[in-house]
Amino acid sequence: MSTGNMNLTLKIWRQKNNKTKGNLVDYKVSEISPDMSFLEMFDVLNEDLISKGDEPIVFDHDCREGICGACSMFINGRPHGPKEGITTCQLHMRSFKDGDTIVVEPWRASAFPVIKDLTVDRTAFDRIIASGGFISVNTGNAQDANALPIPKVQADSAFEAAACIGCGACVATCKNASAMLFVSAKVSQLAQLPQGQPERYRRVQSMVAQMDAEGFGNCTNTGACEAECPKGISLENIARMNRDFYSAKFVSEEDI
Amino acid sequence: MAELNAHIPEGELTEKWTKLRSSMPLVNPANKRSIEIVVVGSGLAGASAAATLAEMGYKVKCFCFQDSPRRAHSIAAQGGINAAKNYQNDGDSTYRLFYDTIKGGDYRAREANVHRLAEVSANIIDQCVAQGVPLAREYGGLLDNRSFGGTQVQRTFYAAGQTGQQLLLGAYSALERQIGMGKVEMFTRHEMLEVVVVDGKARGIIARNLITGELERHSGHAVLLCSGGYGNVFYLSTNAMGSNVTAAWKAHKKGAFFGNPCYTQIHPTCIPVSGDHQSKLTLMSESLRNDGRIWVPKKKDDNRKASEIPEDERDYYLERRYPAFGNLVPRDVASRAAKERCDAGYGVGNSKLAVYLDFKANTERYGRIEANKHNIHNPDKETCMKLGREVIKEKYGNLFDMYAQITGEDPYELPMRIYPAVHYTMGGLWVDYNLMTTVPGLYALGEANFSDHGANRLGASALMQGLADGYFVIPYTIGAYLSKELSTKPIPQDHPAFVEAEANAKAIIDKFFAIKGTKSVDHFHKKLGKIMWDKCGMARNAQGLTEAIAAIQQLRKDFWSDVRVPGSADEFNPELEKAGRVADFIELGELMCRDALNRNESCGGHFREEYQTEEGEALRDDENYAYVSAWEYKEGVNFELHKEELKFENIKVAQRSYK
Repeated sequence: MSTGNMNLTLKIWRQKNNKTKGNLVDYKVSEISPDMSFLEMFDVLNEDLISKGDEPIVFDHDCREGICGACSMFINGRPHGPKEGITTCQLHMRSFKDGDTIVVEPWRASAFPVIKDLTVDRTAFDRIIASGGFISVNTGNAQDANALPIPKVQADSAFEAAACIGCGACVATCKNASAMLFVSAKVSQLAQLPQGQPERYRRVQSMVAQMDAEGFGNCTNTGACEAECPKGISLENIARMNRDFYSAKFVSEEDI
Repeated sequence: MAELNAHIPEGELTEKWTKLRSSMPLVNPANKRSIEIVVVGSGLAGASAAATLAEMGYKVKCFCFQDSPRRAHSIAAQGGINAAKNYQNDGDSTYRLFYDTIKGGDYRAREANVHRLAEVSANIIDQCVAQGVPLAREYGGLLDNRSFGGTQVQRTFYAAGQTGQQLLLGAYSALERQIGMGKVEMFTRHEMLEVVVVDGKARGIIARNLITGELERHSGHAVLLCSGGYGNVFYLSTNAMGSNVTAAWKAHKKGAFFGNPCYTQIHPTCIPVSGDHQSKLTLMSESLRNDGRIWVPKKKDDNRKASEIPEDERDYYLERRYPAFGNLVPRDVASRAAKERCDAGYGVGNSKLAVYLDFKANTERYGRIEANKHNIHNPDKETCMKLGREVIKEKYGNLFDMYAQITGEDPYELPMRIYPAVHYTMGGLWVDYNLMTTVPGLYALGEANFSDHGANRLGASALMQGLADGYFVIPYTIGAYLSKELSTKPIPQDHPAFVEAEANAKAIIDKFFAIKGTKSVDHFHKKLGKIMWDKCGMARNAQGLTEAIAAIQQLRKDFWSDVRVPGSADEFNPELEKAGRVADFIELGELMCRDALNRNESCGGHFREEYQTEEGEALRDDENYAYVSAWEYKEGVNFELHKEELKFENIKVAQRSYK
């Protein structure tokens, strides 16, 4: 059961560090089981490379159950591979055929520089959150949780926006390398909750400013981000963010 | 030798925390600005502690090995977080949460700590909601609750099957806010490799920058380890690939005692192993046991499909054995019961190492309620199933999707196949009531400490403990220590203790590259995992543990003579990171077996086959083992046992019964 019968050719991006140029390198893997995850197939390849005295391929991964957002491979031209609604760690080899050639690249965006091989630097996302993706409430300041009823529809909608895992697939797939889906998910989550109102217009302005400063592109409403998002974050969030952003510029007393 | 004093405050149980909090020495705002605190880890405990301490005015440095603090493994917690809010008006109270937790832990936790946890549990929910964490709500706009194992009230708050994610993102946003204000300095892709102890006090850490490979010195007036649990000692577990014991283990080697290392939680509902290629196991949340019924065929080696087995030929063994709690018995009980059925030949699926978790009955029940709401009278079964499916989808949709993704089967149509897997470790660094380890100035929070769950943790209590420690306990208790450190100047990083600690870390790294062996790190990790699972897993016995100790010692020798670490030290090198972690896991594995061998009783997750009741339940020995095992590290991977007696003054210690 441990080994299967799939034989595959992989073309994988190798790049020593962010100062050197990278290129695609061909590898063969054999006896791959359709029950393996895509990352477990990489484990097999790496084990083989180590035993031959070569350097294994470096890629980000951690929880391997689709929630931490670490894994970030661009597989055959699509972030997280050919299936919808999942991350690379949830992609199984049964989605491929024996004899396939698979091209694996890192996320491509100037705001996500390559660190090594398939690993990129996504700290730009953290800096955007640090610029305003929060509600300013120090520990100990909270009232009773049920003192503030929130209509279920609104709470559910905020939750859907909050499901973002910060993986960066939206940026990777966007022809403009725009981070609008990521930023709008957080803006929209907090804007739909009563707790988020006091900082609503300040937040959207700060986060958009930071997003621009990081070098992400603009949104041209192509919708690739929504199609490729493993968590189904909706484009509606971008519309909400734009609406709040314009409102802020016209009516907010604070100009950030 | 360090003194083992739990520093439990005097007075009535219900007054201890309130009194201590009000009489705790304080540090004034001006002084806080010149005090530095190092926080290792950015999960629920680390992020909440770092954010809160920074809000209070301390200078904080926070470290995580992930590329972002948002990816700490707390993110993967699914089911929920307990709090004694009694919103459901079902008789819940602080005392009841305290009682359930002590009983669930099989009377091996400290009363005072657990009571404090129950007291602050309600504040956690308030804080998280204020941060914008979207917990599940009813149509009236108020918070919803569900049941978890080991309790008869509904006190679990949740956000679909992503509670950990939402709570962590709340703590992360509080942390990022402080980072944005310059009050926390964040170091991502950094791994702690040494604790620096100056004149007997923890004064900093040596961390490796994982991208450049540089060893860095970071000083502080206190060090907080919030680095999670050590379930990955088993190789296969529900933990993330990077979860490791290294920070705790390095602290252990610098004098911090390790408490109850053998207490491991094997979670009953995980997706079974499918082959040797498997790199990790996936949990199916305990919340599923609200609506899923667990069964196996009544006939041995029954190869029929689940749907072909009629109702009266199914053994709902948890409902049969434990009528009062049914499918919601605590995890240790449910796991052992599954193992018992499978070992006896009633398992299902190809491997026969699985049982069914079946949602059909409750799907139909929900469907009937929905039909009623839609004014459909006498609905047929098909309509009920269709309507019920929508309800199940709303409650557990992401879990069902995850199951389908991994197994290729549709759990809405077929019952899930599940089997127990390593999930959580109750053991950890020994801490006193203030969460301080046996090294002054060195604290341990969250899963990294041993303190609140005894020998078995109840579901939805890990999130509660992580956030309690970080938001509501350490911000107070650390004042007691820091108020005496006001005259301590910033710690000089050229102190000999820093030089020596850095040299130690470097020596270990150099040694890895010098071995030039033939086997990968994973090779050794898998071997260790197999020894641990076979001999120190769900059931243990003296002979097996003795064999395991010898096998692990041999494995340690093999590792240090034959491991191959490719690449170099001065670059991004995940194989080198793994080597360091596995080296520590091997030493820990031996200690776990020693602890399990020492504890001649069964309690909670620690089941010694020699000690069981006639019905096969865990048989405690309160006369001889009502203590915390606190192990001291001795030169050359040796360990000395110290004991902290557990006193039960408010709860009558009894044989745990869920019947």
